[in-house]
Amino acid sequence: MNLSVNLPGLNLKNPVMPASGCFAFGKEFAQFYDLSHLGAVIMKAATKERRFGNGTPRVAETASGMLNAIGLQNPGVESIISHEIPFLKEHHLPIIANVAGSTVEEYVEVAKQISPHVDAIELNISCPNVKEGGVQFGTDPALAKEVTRHVVEVSDVPVYVKLSPNVTDIVCMALAAEEAGASGLSMINTLTGMRIDPKTRKPVIANGTGGLSGAAIKPISIRMIHQVYQAVSIPIIGMGGIETAEDVLEYLLAGASAVAIGSANFKNPFICKEIIEELPATLSRYGFSNVKQAIGGTHVEKVETPVLRS
Amino acid sequence: MKNEWMTILRHVKVARDTHLLVLEGDLVWDIADPGQFVHIKIDGFYLRRPISIADYDLKNQTMTLIYKVMGDGTKGLTRCQVGERLDVLGPGGQGFPTTRIHDDHALIIGGGIGVPPLYSTAKKLKESGVAVTSILGFRSKEEAFLLDEFRALGEVLVTTEDGSLGRSGRVTDALPHVKESYQLYLSCGPTVMLKAVADRHPDTPGYLSMEERMGCGIGACFACVVESKDEKGYKRICCDGPVFKAGEVVLS
Repeated sequence: MNLSVNLPGLNLKNPVMPASGCFAFGKEFAQFYDLSHLGAVIMKAATKERRFGNGTPRVAETASGMLNAIGLQNPGVESIISHEIPFLKEHHLPIIANVAGSTVEEYVEVAKQISPHVDAIELNISCPNVKEGGVQFGTDPALAKEVTRHVVEVSDVPVYVKLSPNVTDIVCMALAAEEAGASGLSMINTLTGMRIDPKTRKPVIANGTGGLSGAAIKPISIRMIHQVYQAVSIPIIGMGGIETAEDVLEYLLAGASAVAIGSANFKNPFICKEIIEELPATLSRYGFSNVKQAIGGTHVEKVETPVLRS
Repeated sequence: MKNEWMTILRHVKVARDTHLLVLEGDLVWDIADPGQFVHIKIDGFYLRRPISIADYDLKNQTMTLIYKVMGDGTKGLTRCQVGERLDVLGPGGQGFPTTRIHDDHALIIGGGIGVPPLYSTAKKLKESGVAVTSILGFRSKEEAFLLDEFRALGEVLVTTEDGSLGRSGRVTDALPHVKESYQLYLSCGPTVMLKAVADRHPDTPGYLSMEERMGCGIGACFACVVESKDEKGYKRICCDGPVFKAGEVVLS
């Protein structure tokens, strides 16, 4: 079955890629399977200088998911270009750089440096776990528009804006990104959450709050993509709690053109490869003969379902 | 590193909130050094739970884990029965490099659930001709385990915080009572204990094994990071550790 999808800057042989921050720069997962199976890879966030991140504990279990507050730990954009990207290039797959920063200037600088080495940029204006930058750009449409516009101007490759779900009106944020020249959207980042340990009476995570991910957030992401798909004309990379090929199909039907798998990589290091292998059978079971037929299928049916409906 | 469904051969309580689990599978052959860990998926829980390997037997393809019930996840693990299979990822991380240790005498210092990985470590050391003295610290008598097993390998000094067994106090309180001189120490336990142990040994080489909450357990998520003194500035406990040379990481 033809699983390919073509998006701005990205010719994907299949629509499945690991999500930023859940796959580092690929080396750890390459010991489990050949990364060239992946549709693409989204690298861990890059900032201008290296960052150490937050104190530990940085993760905690939740019902059907997890909290994390890593704090954008990364070796800095120059080190990523010289030490991490060459390894990924060996696998001949599209590379997406997740770009983060504390100021518009930092976002612009990182994008300018890294864009000649990758196929697309995922503009991270939605990390909930750093004090400065990140999410304030992702919760204010005017700021989102400003940072997107500046990054699009300097970037050699298409820019996908990663939206935060921690807003009242996700459509307004999506439109701001589209108006500022984004080629696509990536949604959603984690939801801000907290757990408290009754023994210490303190938050479990050292940072206090953390980002909620995993199966628990999938219905929220599906709902947001369903809303945004109707309002914008740029493609969406969907993510949040994907664990099976059926989950992928649900995202495609809601309006995502491709998907990213995050926390599930921690449970099962083979998850991306397994889902890619299962996807053709799952698509055909529900009446699709390729990925494109399923995209936005909840809104407009391109093929009929073989299942009886009442 | 493998992902394997391993069979439970034995599952018994050995001390208060402390359980011994014997697992069988091919994964055992991948164990390089004592002190490595496995990452176990527990039904109904999202994140895997890292548990150190207390002992392993290559011939019979078995490994022994000793874990403490720390929360709902490990409580869930206690309900797994003999004959059932567990989703195990491992062996992970860098263990104690026992094959490269050629000193006459090593001191083992374990605190609480830090004791188990030191058991196979002490065994390997003794097999290669290194004499071993062990200080094992527990909260109380009810929480103590593996004492006879360690005694079979050399002298053992026991401490309990409430004085119900051995010396009253912490592992560092037993240090002045170690009779033999040792050239190396190997320790595992809570970070505050490791720091106290390292501070008492400014001139003796040592290895420290660290505990931390983990995400992926393979080095990709950066959840279990500790500050290090090298240029890079950090180590990942799951893959660069859990065993580090004393002085390599910043204990705080």
